[in-house]
Order: sequence, then C-alpha cells, then structure tokens
Amino acid sequence: MSDEVDTVQNLNVPEIDHSKRNGATDDEDDIFKSAMESPMTDSERTLHGDDEIDLNDDDDDIDSSVGVSSSQSGLPPDVNHDINNDFAKNHVGDNHQTNDHSKQDQSKPYEEEPPQNRQGTSEGIGGSKPQIEEDDDVPSDPSQYIKISVTDPQKQGEGMSTFIVYRVTTRTNIALFRRKEFAVWRRFSDFLGLHYKIAEKYLKKGRIVPPAPEKNMIGTTKIKMSGQGENAGPTGTMTQGDFVERRRASLERFLNRVGSNPVLRVDPDFRDFLEIDTDLPKATSTSAFSGAGVVRLFNKVGETVNKISYRMDEADPWFEERIQNIEALENQLRKVHTSIELLVAYRRDLAAATGNFSKSAAILSNAEEHTGLARALAQLSDVEDKVEQMHTDQANSDYYLFSELFRDYISLIGCVKDVFHERVKAYQTLQHAQQTLNKKREAKAKLELQVKTDKLAQAREEVVEWEAKVERSQAEFDSISNVIKKELELFETTRVKEFKKVILKYLESLLTHQQDLLKYWEAFLPEAKAVV
Amino acid sequence: MLGSSTQPGRSDGELQENTLSVEISDSLSEREKVKFTVITKTTLPGFEKPEFKVVRQHEEFVWLQDRFEENEEYAGYIIPPAPPRPDFDSSREKLQKLGEGEGNMTKEEFSKMKQELEAEYLATFKRTVAMHETFLGRFACHPVFRNDHNFRVFLSYDEELSVRGKNKKEFFGSLIKSFGQSTDEVLLSATQKDVDEFFDTQRNFLIDYHSHLKDGTGKSDKMTNIHKNVADSYRKISSELLQLATIDSNELEKFLTKVAEALEKARKVEYRVASDEELKLSDTLRYYMKDTSAAKNLLYRRRRCLANYETANKNLDKARAKNREVGAAEQAQQEACDKFEAMSAKAKEELVDFKKRRVEAFKKNLIDLTELEIKHSKAQIQVLSSAIQSLKDELSV
Repeated sequence: MSDEVDTVQNLNVPEIDHSKRNGATDDEDDIFKSAMESPMTDSERTLHGDDEIDLNDDDDDIDSSVGVSSSQSGLPPDVNHDINNDFAKNHVGDNHQTNDHSKQDQSKPYEEEPPQNRQGTSEGIGGSKPQIEEDDDVPSDPSQYIKISVTDPQKQGEGMSTFIVYRVTTRTNIALFRRKEFAVWRRFSDFLGLHYKIAEKYLKKGRIVPPAPEKNMIGTTKIKMSGQGENAGPTGTMTQGDFVERRRASLERFLNRVGSNPVLRVDPDFRDFLEIDTDLPKATSTSAFSGAGVVRLFNKVGETVNKISYRMDEADPWFEERIQNIEALENQLRKVHTSIELLVAYRRDLAAATGNFSKSAAILSNAEEHTGLARALAQLSDVEDKVEQMHTDQANSDYYLFSELFRDYISLIGCVKDVFHERVKAYQTLQHAQQTLNKKREAKAKLELQVKTDKLAQAREEVVEWEAKVERSQAEFDSISNVIKKELELFETTRVKEFKKVILKYLESLLTHQQDLLKYWEAFLPEAKAVV
Repeated sequence: MLGSSTQPGRSDGELQENTLSVEISDSLSEREKVKFTVITKTTLPGFEKPEFKVVRQHEEFVWLQDRFEENEEYAGYIIPPAPPRPDFDSSREKLQKLGEGEGNMTKEEFSKMKQELEAEYLATFKRTVAMHETFLGRFACHPVFRNDHNFRVFLSYDEELSVRGKNKKEFFGSLIKSFGQSTDEVLLSATQKDVDEFFDTQRNFLIDYHSHLKDGTGKSDKMTNIHKNVADSYRKISSELLQLATIDSNELEKFLTKVAEALEKARKVEYRVASDEELKLSDTLRYYMKDTSAAKNLLYRRRRCLANYETANKNLDKARAKNREVGAAEQAQQEACDKFEAMSAKAKEELVDFKKRRVEAFKKNLIDLTELEIKHSKAQIQVLSSAIQSLKDELSV
C-alpha cells in the first residue's frame, strides 16, 4: 500500500456512538487495531493465529451477520450488540439451542459452532433431511466453520484511478486453509474476478453460485470525483458513505455465502482470494468496457434467446414443480421489496420533516415572551431533534436489514434460475447427442445393407463414438440434476434460516427504537408539566 | 381543549351562579354538510331554560363569527377566529373507492380497509369537534360576549338559523375590506407613533410570533402527513408478506404470517400517533396562529381609533383657530378621546388574557401530546415484544 492511503473515517451519515458496542467487537478492535492504517504483515497476522476463538465472541458474532456490517463501519452493529446483550441476558438458553439446531445442516451461514455444545437433536430447523448427502470429494463435518468479515474501506490511488480497498478477515477451522485467522486487502474488481472464476467452474455442474456484488457506475464515479471527507449529502439521497457501506455489506454477504457452500468453500481460487496476502492479478476481464466484457454481453444475449425459445420436455415432476415455485417466489419477493423501499423513502422523509419542525420549535421558543413556556418549547425542540435521529437510524435498519435481505434473495433466485438453465443446456446436449447417434446408426445400417466395407468401418467407429457421447451427456445431465436437487435443498434451508434471523433482527431494531422514543417523551413530560 | 370553555363547577354537574357551559356532544357528516349537536347548560338570567340542545351546521358557526367581527361595539376585543371547515373529502373519496372495489377484494381486505377508514373518520371528527367546541367556549367564558344576543340565539333557537353563506357581493365586499385594512395598516405604521410602550412591544411581539406560528404549523402538518405515509407503507408490506407466506408453504409460512400481523398492528398504532400529533400539536399551533392574527387585528383597530382621535384633535385646533363650531369639535374630540381610552383599556385586558390563555393551552396540549406519545409508544413496544417473543419461541421449538 502506498503512503497516500487515506483512511476514510465516518463514512456513514448517522454518528454511531461506538461506546455502545459490547462483546466481541471490542476484542476485534484490539486484535486488528495495529492494522488500521496499513494491511497486516505476515508476522502480525500470525500473532493470534493459533489462539482459540473466544466462545463468547462466537455468540455475539453469530447474530451479527447477514446484511449487517461488522464493527468498524458502525451501522446496525449497535442495534445488534445492544440487542444481543438485552436478549442474551434473557434468552441465553435460546441462543444455545439455536446453535444446536443449526448444526444439523451442512452449512451454517455465518455461524460458528461452539464445538462442545453438540447435542444430537434429530430435528433441524430447516431441511427435511437432517444430513444432506454430500459429493464424494467433500467430507461433511458439521463442526467446520468459516466466517469472513469485510471491513475498513480505504481509498487508494488518485483522480480517475481512485479505488477502494477492503480488508477481508477470515476465521476458520477448515484444515485446507493454512491458518485459522488471517486477513488480506482486496478491491472490488478482485471480488468480481473471484465470482467469475467460480461461476465458470461450478455453474455448469449445477452449483448455485451466489451473485456477484453489483456494479454501480454512479457510486463508483462519485468516489473517484469527490475529495476526502465528503460524507454528508442531502437527506434521502445516496451519499458516498451510504454507497460504500452498502457495498461493503454486500461484499461480506457474498463471501459468506460462498463460504457456506461446502463445495465452493474449499475451491482453490476461493482460498487464494482469502489467503494470498499480495495483490491479486488485476481482473481485467470483469471490467465493464473490456473486450471480454463485450464477448460476455454477446453470450448473454444468445443465452437469453435460448432461454426463451427452447422448451424442454420435463420428465421429472420435481423440477417442474420447483421451477414454478421459484418463479412465483421471485415475483412476490419483488413486490415485498418494492413496498419496503417505499417505507425507507418515507421514513427518511419523516426524519427530515421532524428535523425541520424541531428547528421551527426552537425559533418559536426564542420568540416566546413567557419564560416558562419558552423553556418547554425549547425542550420540545430537543425531543424532536432526538426523534429525528431515531427516524434516521430506523430508516437505516429498514434499508440495511430488511430491504437488502429481499434484494439479495431476488438476485440469488436469479442464480437459481441460471442453474436450472444450465440443466436445460445439458439436456439439449443430450438430445443432440442422441439424435446424432440415431443418424449415425441409420447410416451404419444403410451401409451394412449396401455392403460397402470401406465406409462401414468408419461408420461403426462413429456409432461407437456417439454412443459414448450419449452416455457421457446422460451422465452429466443426471449429475447436474442431482447436484441441483441438493443445492436447492441447501438453498431452501439457508433461506428459511436467514429470513427468520434477519427479520427477527429487524423487528428487534424496531423495538429498540421504540423504547428510545418512550424514554425521550417520558423525560419531556415533567418539563411540560413544569410550565407555570 | 384549546382554552377553557366552562367556568369551574361544570364537572360536578352542579352549576353555580352565573355559569354557562357549552359542549358539542355529537357530530354528523351528511354528504356536504357537517352538523354539530350543541348542548348548553346555564344558570344565567336571560335564558328561558336552564338547558338547551340544538343542532348547528358549520356555516352557522361562521355566521356567528361574522356577527361578532362586524359589531363595532366589540372593536376593543379579540374576536375569536372561526373554526376551519371540516374536511372529510379524502375520507369520502376512500369510502367511495371502497364501495366500488368491494367485489374485487377478499373479505379480510375489505374489513381491514373499512376499519382503517373508520379510524380516519374518527380522527377527523375528533379534530373538528374540538375546534368548534373551543370556538363556542371562547364566547361562553367572555364576560361581554356571553351576553351577546346573537350568541344566545345560536345556543337556544330550536330551528335552523337559515343563514346563508356570503354571496358573491358580500364575499368580495369582505375581501376588499381586508385589503383596505392591510393598506391602512401600512399607512398607520409609517405615520403613527405609539406612545404607549406596552402596545408597541405587543405589536412587535405579535407580528413576530404570528409568522413563527405559521411556520411551525406548516412544518408540523408536513411531519404528521408523512408519518401517516409511513404507517401506510407498513400495511403494504404486511399484505405482501401474507402473499409471500402462501407461496412459502414451508416453515416460513407461519413465521411470515406472524410478522405480517405484527406489522399491521404496528401500523394502527403509528397512525394513531400521527393523528394525535395532528390534534394536539398541529391544531394548537394553527389555532394560536389565528388567534394571534385576531389580536393583531385588535391592535390595528386601536391604532385606527387613535388616528381618529388625533384627527379629532386637529379638527378641534382648527375650529378654535377659526373660532367656528368649537362646541361641536370639542364634543367630537371628547368622544374620540373616550372611545380611544376605553378601547385601549379593553385591549390591554384582552392581550393580558390572551397571553394567559395561550400559555395554558400550550401547556395543556403539550402535556396531552406527551401522555399520548407515551401511551402509544408503550402499546407499540407491547406489539413488537410479543411478536418477537412468539417468533423466538417458534425458533426454539
């Protein structure tokens, strides 16, 4: 990293009181404080490499996952950790029970297993089958975990070549990784490169590959154009800080989703991405304007035409049902997402309007000739100011927790549909192979009748060749069909869990803010009564 | 209520001497017309009966205010501002839509919308009843106004007052009158100097205060309107989640249904918060903005009176100089002087009373507002906690 690294502080519009954070995050601060300004060197990293992760950290971390930033970027974590502690005090039992149940599933999205709490409960939360049969290559060990956090966005470079790097920290006990805890610096194009490689390898086999984090030309340009410290924008619009936070959170979710797939998580490219502490080779093929990009665009168009025009003869009712179900799900998720976006917009407006009213009340209080009333009005103005802040915080929860959950799943379902399409393509290949085989057999038969021995040998060879091809295509088709079935079950299990967890968290944020609101008004009541 | 409408002793039902209590017990919206049932209880002499019950339309309230406004004898008092026209338009539109769409909706949706509409109607009713009641209360308390003939007719006459709204000519007439007043005011403020410090400070204060109240009212209205939008969006999310639950026939179905129900309950509470803020905060600011305006009008009238007094003085001087019609001029001057001094005295009382009334009203409404905010907040906490608890219980089953 160059000397010109400028730490981007206070990226987020609301000032979060970091002293409210509890538990794991404080530890995290200590562990990585030395790496704040510059990426970790090898020696620093290995300092804590062999330490067992403190179990208490796990409990807190378990709840600080999907769509929620980790400590450094400071948005919903406050909500998280306060709630964790409130509810942890009352529901310690529940926390542990949740952990137990999740062990039944292969992947524990963003969760770590405290190894000693294992109990053999037969009912998992999601998934009808407690143990999902895994592919031969990857052993299924429920005690394995991998948790990744993306933090510390920092600007690098100058002018039009400005970009942001993120610190990617991994904690894992999977043996294939060289260490248990390590961190690297990555930029956005690195993530896209990783996604590209994984999609290329695994999509064809039927694996659901989590969608790549969105490119956003507007946001990227804003970062390149603006100077440092430019955080505040007009309320209700996407500020630079919002953009970075949103991207950071979505990058984190992306990596953890890959990490939760037992096959993808041990992929060498994925491991390199997480582990290699030098800069990765620049992924130019992911750039929007590259030659590879144009080729990809063409391919995409071709695929879309294929998707529309080709009708597969579906023999398996399971698939037929699932495709319909997925389509219906996607439609409805979109509707929910739209209505949530509306809520976010209105709530931001409400915050602004409350702020304006607060100012107006302050002015009124100054003009008021009766001193007692003037004081009460000034305090009303204060209350409304706090209420404004609360509305802003709530709008952020609305967005980062609720809205992003649905947006993520809309993209994920897009990936599921991609995988279904891969199967259709495999079927097409199989069809084509079979048709060709039939033709070759006919040709051979004709030749046999005509007794033309010279061409006959070749025809026999071709028949054998195509028989083999048909066999291969059939095997591939069957394989992808099976893989998809497993992936889909995994997907559903994860979806159920994630929805429950995040929505619950969202409701808890509504509750916390409401409790704050109560405090403000209760404090004001004696003031109002004191007017003489 | 804004300002007290009754003398002490009302609550016991035992009326002391010289009490006049006015309340609106009921209200009805019939197409374009809104009617109020006014109940009067009194021990004052001059009333035929101790109790009256009449039904009055909004237009009749406006008529009453005009009578006071026009009456020269009351020039020295602050004339209570008329209550705003009840606005049920948006509710009526929704009712129509509901009726038209009845066939398309499910039974649940229909009853939900009906409930929402009822809540809206109720909130609007509350506000308009409060404002009409406050209006009448001002007259009932006022030592001079309460004896006004028109007021008594308003309270006691059994049948419709057959008032008509202003016709075009009268409407333009009053418009021109108010223009005239504004220009006159400008003239007076340029040429006249008020020797009395009390009135001078009051005038500056009222002008300032009025503009701030106007600003505050506008901002408060905007805030409560957006708050209603937020509540509305909860409803949309809730219904979409219910739809999602039917598609998700696995474990998410129960979960999402519970969430949807919680959001629907939360919506109701949020709506109540918004409408109570309207009632206690926005409406208070709005009322006192108008009352401040009425006080400003009083000061204007006084200054006009002062100008007349000064003119009478000049005339007297002129008459004395020419030694013609001195007697008449003297008398005119004396009258003008008496008039002015009487008016000044009344005005001073009124302004002192205005301040007292204002402070009391603000205090009461701020307390009411806060208590309602606390009540609704607790309700919301209850909704959310029990939903969260129920969902968590499900998780750990």
